[in-house]
Amino acid sequence: MGIENLLLGFHVAITPYNLFIAVVGITLGTVIGVLPGLGGANGVAILLPLTFTMPPTSAIILLTSLYWGALFGGAITSVLFNIPGEPWSVATTFDGYPLARQGQGGQALTAAFTSSFVGALFSIVLITFFAPLLAEVALKFGPPEFFAIQLLTFSSFVGLGGGNPVKSLVAILLGFILAAVGLDVVTGQLRMTFGFLDLMKGFDFIVAVIGLFGIGEILLSVEEGLSFRSIPTGMNLRVVLDTWKVLPRYRRTFVRGAFIGFWMGFKPGGATPASFMSYAFAKRFSKHPERFGKGELEGVVAPETAAHAAGVAAILPMITLGIPGSPTAAVMLGGLIIWGLQPGPLLFQEKPEFVWGLIASMYTGNFIGVLMVLAFVPLFAAILRIPFAILTPVIVVVCAVGSYAVHSSMIDIWYMLIFGVVGYAFKKLDYPLAPLVLALVLGDLAENALRQSLIMSQGTPGIFVTRPIAGAITAVAIFFFVLPALTPWWRRFHGSAPAPRAT
Amino acid sequence: MKLSSVLLSVLASLVIVPDSSIAWEPAKPIEFVVPAGTGGGADQMARLIAGLADKHKLTPRPLIVVNKSGAAGAEGFLDVKNKKGDAHTIIITLSNLFTTPLHNNLPFNWRDYTPLARMALDEFVLWVNADSPYKTAKEYLAAVKDKQCKERQGGQCLMGGTGSAQEDQILTIQLEQALAGVKFTYVPFKGGGEVCVNLVGKHVDSTVNNPAECASHWRAGRVRPLAVFDTARLTVGEWKNIPTIKEALGADVSYLMLRGIFGAPNMPKDAVDWYVAFLKKVTETPEWKKYMEEGALRPAFAAGAEYVTWVEENERLHKELMGKGGLLKK
Repeated sequence: MGIENLLLGFHVAITPYNLFIAVVGITLGTVIGVLPGLGGANGVAILLPLTFTMPPTSAIILLTSLYWGALFGGAITSVLFNIPGEPWSVATTFDGYPLARQGQGGQALTAAFTSSFVGALFSIVLITFFAPLLAEVALKFGPPEFFAIQLLTFSSFVGLGGGNPVKSLVAILLGFILAAVGLDVVTGQLRMTFGFLDLMKGFDFIVAVIGLFGIGEILLSVEEGLSFRSIPTGMNLRVVLDTWKVLPRYRRTFVRGAFIGFWMGFKPGGATPASFMSYAFAKRFSKHPERFGKGELEGVVAPETAAHAAGVAAILPMITLGIPGSPTAAVMLGGLIIWGLQPGPLLFQEKPEFVWGLIASMYTGNFIGVLMVLAFVPLFAAILRIPFAILTPVIVVVCAVGSYAVHSSMIDIWYMLIFGVVGYAFKKLDYPLAPLVLALVLGDLAENALRQSLIMSQGTPGIFVTRPIAGAITAVAIFFFVLPALTPWWRRFHGSAPAPRAT
Repeated sequence: MKLSSVLLSVLASLVIVPDSSIAWEPAKPIEFVVPAGTGGGADQMARLIAGLADKHKLTPRPLIVVNKSGAAGAEGFLDVKNKKGDAHTIIITLSNLFTTPLHNNLPFNWRDYTPLARMALDEFVLWVNADSPYKTAKEYLAAVKDKQCKERQGGQCLMGGTGSAQEDQILTIQLEQALAGVKFTYVPFKGGGEVCVNLVGKHVDSTVNNPAECASHWRAGRVRPLAVFDTARLTVGEWKNIPTIKEALGADVSYLMLRGIFGAPNMPKDAVDWYVAFLKKVTETPEWKKYMEEGALRPAFAAGAEYVTWVEENERLHKELMGKGGLLKK
């Protein structure tokens, strides 16, 4: 374990051929990340057949590089157009887009890419030195623990909206209702489809998000008058260096985001809740929570660090346990089997050159990746110079293509448009979108985990308290649920109490 | 077939693909629908077929794998059902071809599609955690009967499986019905890999995973196979040592899962011939054989009438099993 093996890995990863493969993968991945709907999983799946003629290590480098590229690329459209290219970039829009509107798109992108890289590096270092140990920890997470984590994610958002709590509640409930449409895994029954076959597959999260954020935003802009205004931005790499100067200020957010991301990334579907949770905690522990949502750089740093840390962590259960931590990892896992490798606990011993080549390529891939995307920051930011009247139709087309790409079905484009109107209505009526999106993405997972746990315990809710890990996480979650109720009391006793400190 | 068209096709095959004697050939990319999520058994097989087709140049046009997993695969099945006469759409099926319409009354049936070929049959094995005291199926099932799963509420043993009213639950119910007094609490999960990891993590007491889903954990000494749900033992590697359920318990419980391919409804006859020949060639590649062996799948290529008869019989079996288990739509 450790340095020796890693050197072996670098020996494999730093051949001209494998470096070239990494660059190709990252370029493709970034493009895929930018196009909403065409996620990393699709990209990897499309490339998979091409890899059968390659050596397995080069093949996995190509696929993982594409995955890193998609993780980086997801932030681009979130910041520039309020359209999350990937589900885990939703939280990035909260502050990234306002920054871009203020002409600070370059700064927001630099912060996003840098945070991604920091998050990734953190996870890779942990994987390098503790992979087998961490795999054992991951095994301890069954349905009750998983539910406790979902509870913690929700609790971190409680009382954060700042607006009308009833409106937040309405948004959350609406999200839950939408998440419940379609087939229920636990009973195998269709729910809330009202006999419409088109409803049976439920609402895809990414389609909803493209509509709510992307189309909703465009409707708002159109209402404001279709002006030919464009946002002035500098076309200079200095923006990267200038942003780097302020970033160390957010070191706590980096560390917190990386931790959250890594621990959430273990389990399937981890990156998206991780980014939300990291955002929520950053806001909670910030000295200026009121600035969040209006263009606070920290609000970009937090979700991106967590998302990329989680994205990398998702690789860990794949190579150590043979279960995918994310949909993209699931496709790669299929690849492993086709290349004649048996994913699982023995991979480290049986194919060290493959595993360590992969781990080393995580370092090289992410390093090349961050340099590449940072070099293009001025170019990306300059897209906003294009007049709105020209850009908007292009964005609408990209949104439609993205929605179609998710399931190759026309109905999703209609859903996207409907969600667009909903997003517009929410903005106009001052309902928060974040709780709706959170409930939509987590509702399904949380519900399954809850019901699986209760089936396991024959209906006794004690299962969430008596199991050590689940119990601890549940306790923290409950603390955050009651915190908003306690804070005013605390303040009354202590005058103006200091904000809770980050740990 | 008219003489001229025969001549033409002979000429065409001579000119374009010398080693092929079939008239029809795909003229555009083939859409290969997977009615399941990415990364699962059906998805892996579909991607393997697409990859092998490419690698060994078995088709002039590529296969594009598309996942349509909504509503336990119904999304994919209904989508293909709407492509009547389309010679460029095929679908890989698993048992949800039978279970999903039977459980939810969704309007599709295998008779809607054009049967192409049965590629393989997937086996099922009864697994427990390697740390558990049960060395044989008999010991474990006695513990289930007497509610001896100590860490659980009321000692009730937990059986993990993929989905609800699908193959894993059918098999669990079959086991319960074959052995008086045995009752599991069935915990449904989303995918087979996840099920086996929950067994390794001791969140459930047993599973009926396919061999491939648990193979690596077995080799790592984390899980223990107790019996195979088939009438004969598996024939490859260490799998040979696992007794059948009949040997272990004296009860006849067997179940095999179809890994087969269907075409869009009313696919033209010459296209069917091309696909059957193509799929046959896939099963003859060394990579395919290795895949069969590693996953302990039973190679069972069949096409034409043989395939149709088998599917008919299997559908009847599913109706019967699901009816007995109370899993049919009321």
